[in-house]
Amino acid sequence: MSNKQKQLLELKNLCKHYPIRKGLLSRIAGYVYAVDGVSFSIYEGETLGLVGESGCGKSTVGRTILRLIDPTAGEILWRGERIDELSRTEMRPFRKEIQAVFQDPYSSLNPRMRAADIVSEPLRNFEQLSQAEGRERVSELFALVGLRPDQMLRYPHEFSGGQRQRLGIARALSVKPKLIMCDEPVSALDVSVQAQVINLLGDLQQEFGVSYLFIAHDLAVVKHISHRIAVMYLGRVVELATTNELFEQPSHPYTEALLSAVPIPDPTRQRKQIVLGGDVPSPINRPSGCHFHTRCIYAQARCKVEEPKLEEISPGHFVACHFKLNT
Amino acid sequence: MSQATGKSILEVKDLRTYFYTRDGVVRSVDGVSFSISEGETLAIVGESGCGKSVTSLSLLRLIPSPPGKIVSGSVLYHGKDLLKLSEDEMRDIRGDKISMIFQEPMTSLNPVLTVGRQISEVLELHRHCTKEQAHERILELLKLVNISEPERRINEYPHQLSGGMRQRIMIAMALACDPEILIADEPTTALDVTIQAQILNLIRELRDRTRAAIILITHDLGVVAEMAQRVVVMYAGRKVEEASVFDLFAKPMHPYTLGLLNSMPRLDDSSSKRLVEIPGMVPSMRTEIVGCAFAPRCSKASERCLIESPVLQDFGNGHTVACWNPVAVLRDKA
Amino acid sequence: MINNSTMNRVDWPAQVSKIRLFLTVQLPALYKRYPFAVIGAATLLLMIFIAIFAPFLATVDPQAVAPLNRLKPPSWEYWFGTDALGRDVYSRVMYGTRVSLTVGISVAVLSTVIGLAIGLITGFVRWVDAIVMRIMDGLMSIPSILLAIALMALTKASIENVIIAITIAEVPRVVRLVRSLVLGLREQPYVEAAAASGTPLLKTLLRHILPNIAAPLLVQATYICASAMITEAILSFIGAGTPPNIPSWGNIMAESRSLFQIAGYLILFPSIFLSATVLAVNYLGDGLRDALDPRLSRRM
Repeated sequence: MSNKQKQLLELKNLCKHYPIRKGLLSRIAGYVYAVDGVSFSIYEGETLGLVGESGCGKSTVGRTILRLIDPTAGEILWRGERIDELSRTEMRPFRKEIQAVFQDPYSSLNPRMRAADIVSEPLRNFEQLSQAEGRERVSELFALVGLRPDQMLRYPHEFSGGQRQRLGIARALSVKPKLIMCDEPVSALDVSVQAQVINLLGDLQQEFGVSYLFIAHDLAVVKHISHRIAVMYLGRVVELATTNELFEQPSHPYTEALLSAVPIPDPTRQRKQIVLGGDVPSPINRPSGCHFHTRCIYAQARCKVEEPKLEEISPGHFVACHFKLNT
Repeated sequence: MSQATGKSILEVKDLRTYFYTRDGVVRSVDGVSFSISEGETLAIVGESGCGKSVTSLSLLRLIPSPPGKIVSGSVLYHGKDLLKLSEDEMRDIRGDKISMIFQEPMTSLNPVLTVGRQISEVLELHRHCTKEQAHERILELLKLVNISEPERRINEYPHQLSGGMRQRIMIAMALACDPEILIADEPTTALDVTIQAQILNLIRELRDRTRAAIILITHDLGVVAEMAQRVVVMYAGRKVEEASVFDLFAKPMHPYTLGLLNSMPRLDDSSSKRLVEIPGMVPSMRTEIVGCAFAPRCSKASERCLIESPVLQDFGNGHTVACWNPVAVLRDKA
Repeated sequence: MINNSTMNRVDWPAQVSKIRLFLTVQLPALYKRYPFAVIGAATLLLMIFIAIFAPFLATVDPQAVAPLNRLKPPSWEYWFGTDALGRDVYSRVMYGTRVSLTVGISVAVLSTVIGLAIGLITGFVRWVDAIVMRIMDGLMSIPSILLAIALMALTKASIENVIIAITIAEVPRVVRLVRSLVLGLREQPYVEAAAASGTPLLKTLLRHILPNIAAPLLVQATYICASAMITEAILSFIGAGTPPNIPSWGNIMAESRSLFQIAGYLILFPSIFLSATVLAVNYLGDGLRDALDPRLSRRM
């Protein structure tokens, strides 16, 4: 699959380290290793899910791709061109192709702007539109995301959470991007509304062939919408595979534990649950070697010392572990 | 799961809690009744705004009194109506016989008191022990909730602990006086999935050991399936369905319950068809709702649903539903 | 020439009914919700009216000296009495309104505009921030009255210089407010979203940042107005403010300082007017604060 499809985005060893400054002269006391060597690709028309728990760096990866944050090291290639070192002005044309939908429907829309202006902002940054043309385009976008065009002139606080998220999606779609980075787009929504937005994203992908980088912590949602999934832990990708393979043959101990921890809405199902001990370590003082070894039930001496590299164990299935399961 | 003995220890009858705001009266809890037996785990499930949290706060009379008010109803604890007790009598019960753990461990613990001090406060208040006696009990409790190095933790402050550990401290505080009922309000919503598994596991172990009854408030049906024996489903301040956990998942009868179950993406579902949506959105709680609150979104709504508010009907085995057109089909498990 | 087009004929009634709607429905509703703010606004409007129409409201020339009539208590002829030089206190108080309001409003506007400009730059350019904030902190560590006095000591007394001196003393607070608001707003997801949409920095400032700091800034401006009026009165009272030939409430009180015990009315009336105006502006500010900000959060 991946070889024939066009590659849109490629990350090579992306790193983002935040310096911690202490003292009167702001000396550097350490680093927060938010993202520490992440590599993956996204192809046309697919959804890559990025999962992990808090502190794993998935949101940082998303923001760095959008150049809302500048990477410390590594390369970001968009259709073969490097975009990781471009200035704000140089980055502008790429914004037509890479857009974003944010997590919080309440603070991702300017409360003092009308819905029509919010949705058409990306469009108006690139095209000169008359008021009538603008209204027409906004009408189309509203219809696409299931909102009534007669609500165009309302303010964000007059919409519900789900509707606001639709506005965010309409805004991202306005410039017909090739990739939309969705940062926890349904986490802040009620369950009954989540399904509406998830379906909408799927429909839009079917219709326009847009790709998604779907960042979330809810595994069930990610499973439903993604073609491939990357699992992150403490700044690194520990496993990357197609959705089916990840869930049927998880090869990294963390993936296995993560899957077994998710509660299943079926009281008759008895599962062997792997309950991990301890807490998620801090991204400042990371464990040596394999970051996961402190909580891993299979950990051996080697894991404490040597950092495992991401290896392909079967076509399209990558794992970073010395003792991969299921091989 | 632990066995409930069937003897009802808490009975909530027609509870109504309203909030009087400048923009209108918000009927957060509008006529809710349920009961819980010794050692039983009851889950109250619903989306945000359905009134489940307000219900739990009403049980312990923790509703901020302007603008909120428990307007009517009764909460019978071993026959005594908690809503009629004096504040002093109520304080004796809170933390001692009925205790509560909250969703946000970061804001529910006092940031300027050490962990040990906070737990000992509960003990000193209800058990009238001295600091030394309390110290022993605190160590015992910390070990009970699987906190490593308890001697060290006693002197630490909340900000030095992780979210999972803080939640364990809250559980320790809640269990300090061996309560008969533990109310857990979204205890794991703010936690990572692997930490959530730890905490839920802990609650299950403690439940088996202390035989406490648990009222679990949550929006996550997966958590309900793992933890509860009986389930109450709430929508817009009203109870729409109550059943044993097996009956609820196998044959949900209220269209809302069925809608919720169908619209959730599931790990155990291998198909990735479109999710079945519930159209529309939760009604505003500021206007008075005539008829069934769910009717505008319900595919089975009839004329009657729009005018007359449905009453709870019993369908046997403790399965009650408030619906004029309940679903009567066995759900197909793929 | 009478214009018979339909356009003109329709305009007037529409305006009248709008005004009627405001007076009969909207104003009482506003009063019910924010009683103090409405009272404050009404008082301020009254003061502005007095300031504009002072020449018509005054009974005699405020500068007219009449030593024969000096130190007369309030009577039918001299409503607020006369001062040590026989000047009519009532007329002087009426004219004094002009000074206080001019100073108050000018300082509020100037300090807000200057503080906004500086605050925006410090919020966005890090090295400017480091330097400018240290200067602002330095200015703020000096009590604003003393700062104003010191500045006035360097120049001649005039209303313009009073305005400039008080503005300099008030600007640091505005800068601090704007800076903290800007720093907070920069982290807001919708500002990030604007960056992701390719919005250039200047447009982001105008469209996203400014409208969202307008409300707190407006509220702050009313407090500055109140504070400036008091500062001017104090400066004039100690002789470092408005030149003595221009009647200002502070000046009137200053001239009568030593006569306080025998002619209390000389201090009473200017101070009533000053307190009433400052209180009115403060109430208005509180009302604006309650009306503008919580509404945003409550609706959500």
